[in-house]
Amino acid sequence: MAKRSVIPFGPQHPVLPEPIHLDLVIEDEKVVEAVPNIGFVHRGLESLADKRDFNKMVYVIERTCGICSFGHGLGYVESVEHIMNVEVPDRAKFLRVIWAELGRMHSHMLWMGLMADAFGFENLFYACWRVREKILDLHELTAGGRLIFSVNQIGGVNKDITPEMMQQILKSLDEIEEEVKPLEKAFVNDYSVQSRLKGVGVLTKQQAHDLGCCGPFAKASGMSFDYRMTGYEAYKYLDMEPITGTNGDSFDRCTVRIKEVYQSIDLIRQAISKIPEGDINVPVKGMPNGEYMARIEQPRGEAIYYTKASGKKYLDRFRLRTPTFANLAGLTETLKGADLADVPILILTIDPCISCTER
Amino acid sequence: MAILRYAGEALKNLFRKPVTRNYPAEPAVYPDRSRGHIEIDIDKCISCGICQMSCPSDAIKVDRKEGTWDINRFDCVACGYCVLKCPKKCLTMVPGYQEPGPEKYDDLHHRSAEAMAAEAEKKKQAALKAAAAKKALAAKEAKAPETAKPVAAENADGAGKPAETPGK
Repeated sequence: MAKRSVIPFGPQHPVLPEPIHLDLVIEDEKVVEAVPNIGFVHRGLESLADKRDFNKMVYVIERTCGICSFGHGLGYVESVEHIMNVEVPDRAKFLRVIWAELGRMHSHMLWMGLMADAFGFENLFYACWRVREKILDLHELTAGGRLIFSVNQIGGVNKDITPEMMQQILKSLDEIEEEVKPLEKAFVNDYSVQSRLKGVGVLTKQQAHDLGCCGPFAKASGMSFDYRMTGYEAYKYLDMEPITGTNGDSFDRCTVRIKEVYQSIDLIRQAISKIPEGDINVPVKGMPNGEYMARIEQPRGEAIYYTKASGKKYLDRFRLRTPTFANLAGLTETLKGADLADVPILILTIDPCISCTER
Repeated sequence: MAILRYAGEALKNLFRKPVTRNYPAEPAVYPDRSRGHIEIDIDKCISCGICQMSCPSDAIKVDRKEGTWDINRFDCVACGYCVLKCPKKCLTMVPGYQEPGPEKYDDLHHRSAEAMAAEAEKKKQAALKAAAAKKALAAKEAKAPETAKPVAAENADGAGKPAETPGK
C-alpha cells in the first residue's frame, strides 16, 4: 500500500474564483478522501434580517451573490409574498422569468469561461466571456445594474421592460445563439477537451439522489429534477423539459449547462411572446406574520428560502440554503479516486459559489 | 471528434475588430436606466428623512434642523430604494459610476436659507392654524351641551334632508 499524505488545496488557488479549502488525502496520485472546509467569506447577511425592515431586506438578500443575484431576490420576495397572501400580477411574473433566465444564461456563460480556463483553453475562456458581456448589457439596459438587478419588490417588480427593450433582447438573443454555437462545438467535439472531461468524476444517479445533489450537477447524473417544472412564477405558462445527462461525468455536466443556455434563450423568447399587458406590481399593506419556505431553481440548482415573521417590521429569522451547499457532499464523493490533476476541474464542475453558501 | 475544433474561430479573432472599447479615450455609454449614483435636487427636499430610513446600507444622513442631506458615496450600494420612496421625487438615479478614491468621504448638500426660512414660515403658519383650530374645538366642546340640537340639525342639512330636530 502506498503512503498516504494530506495535501491542502485552497482557499487561494489559481483555478478557484472563490475561497474553499479542501484537505486532500492522497495515495500516490489518487485522491482517497477529501474534506471540504468553508468559512472564509462569511458576512452575516442572514442576521441582518432582524435589523433591516422586511422591504429593504430584498436589497440585502440579492447582494448575497453577484452571479445569481436575481434568483436570491426572487426567492426572498416569493417567501414574503406567500406569507402576506399577495397575488402578483401576471406581467410581473413574466418579467421575473425573463430576468431570471437572463441571469441563468450569464451564470452558465461565466461557468463555461471558468471551465475553459481550468483546462487551459485561454482563447475559449475569453470567447465565452465576450458572449456573456452581451447578456450583462441586457441586464443594464433593462434593470440598471450589470449584475445586481434591484428590480424585485414585495408585490411585483419596480421596473417594466418596454417593447423597445424586448426587441433589443430578442435581437441580442439571436446574436448570442449564433455566437454560442462555435463555443459549443469546441466544448463538445474537441479531442483535447474531451480527454480532460470524459469519464472524470463520475457520480451515479443513485449517489446523486442519496447525497441530495441538485441543479445541473444532479441533472448530468440523470436525475430529472428541475424546480422550474413545478411552475412557480410564470414557468407554468411556458413549455420546458428538464435537460439531463446520462453518464454523470464532467463532460455531461458541461453539456447540460450548454444546453441550458439554449433552453434559457427559448424560455425568454416564449415569455416575450406570451407576456400580457397590465400592472407590474400591487400595493402591499401590513406586516408579514407567519413562516414560509420558498424554493426556486437557481442556475446552480435548487435554493431554499425560509422566512419567519411575527407581524413586526423586522423578520424573526431568514435562512438561505444555496445549491452549492447541497452539492458539496456530491463533490467529496466524486473526488474519491480522482487524479490530483483533475481536482480543480472537479471542483469547478459543481459550479461552486462559496460566497453564496457562507452568506 | 477532432482536434483544433476552435482553431478557425481563434484565427478569425486575429483579424476581427476588438469587442472592447478604447475606454478613457472613448467615453463609456450607459443606458438611461443605469444605476450609477444618486443625485438630489436639494431645493425640492423637505428633510423628511424617509430616504435615511429606507437606505439598506445606512449611507444617507438627513439633518432636519440644519437642513442638510448627506450621502456617503462609498457606502451607497445604488439600489435605488430611496429614489422609489422619496415623497417629493427630488432624488434621482443617474448613470455614471462613483469614482474610486483613497478614502471615504461624504457628499454634503445644504438646503438654501430661503427654502429653510420658507419652510419655517410655513410651519409657523401651520402651527398657528393648528392652535386656532384647537382653540375653536375647545370652545365648541365647552358649548356643546347647550348646542347639541343645532349641531344635529346642521348635520342633517349637510346630508340634504330637511331640518328636523328630534323630539318635535
